[in-house]
Amino acid sequence: MKEPIIEIVDILNVDGVYKELSHPQSGGICVFVGTVREFTNNEEVVSLEFETYKAMAVKEMRKIADQAVEKWQLNKVVIRHAVGAKEIEEPVVVIGASSAHRDACFVACRFMIDTLKETVPIWKKEIFKNKTVWVSAHP
Amino acid sequence: MELLLFGIAKDIVGKSIIDLSNSDTLPQSVAELKKLLAIEYPDFSKLTSLAIAVNSEYAADDVALKKDDEIAIIPPVSGG
Repeated sequence: MKEPIIEIVDILNVDGVYKELSHPQSGGICVFVGTVREFTNNEEVVSLEFETYKAMAVKEMRKIADQAVEKWQLNKVVIRHAVGAKEIEEPVVVIGASSAHRDACFVACRFMIDTLKETVPIWKKEIFKNKTVWVSAHP
Repeated sequence: MELLLFGIAKDIVGKSIIDLSNSDTLPQSVAELKKLLAIEYPDFSKLTSLAIAVNSEYAADDVALKKDDEIAIIPPVSGG
């Protein structure tokens, strides 16, 4: 297993991720890309704004990658999240894994994005036409 | 002692850092800090959850706080 690639970036370019995950012992590469959706509960979103506690976020992302590598036989892992203002359709997070067989990378990607949403200190603000909402802040 | 604020916590307090260095009694534990915040900023109790990080790690209520720790208030996260 190579060192996982863990990053917080201003602009997320997903084009190169396939190459980062490529590995001679891998027969499968799985990539999940999270993007900005136009509607939340039928309300039109203008844009999103992400902020982070970077030192801690990178640590937490690293823990997730390490857990995934412990659970499944993975050759490469990428966890990269964007911060700042994001427009509709823009990518905000990319999660990737490669493994000898497809099962491991599919299930690892699912685990990593689900856990990221629960533990990594990144906050998303939805900007609507006439209000802004910090997502998940209130019950 | 400084508290870093993020997301909605920053909006509730109205700034990104709370400086406690001049206050008479510093909170000795995460539990004490949470109590202090609840009194000072009642809006925190309306949140889905509220965690405290000490030196960039999630900290349980019984973790002791030291003057030079980096302490952060972590409202409900919503990355991805």
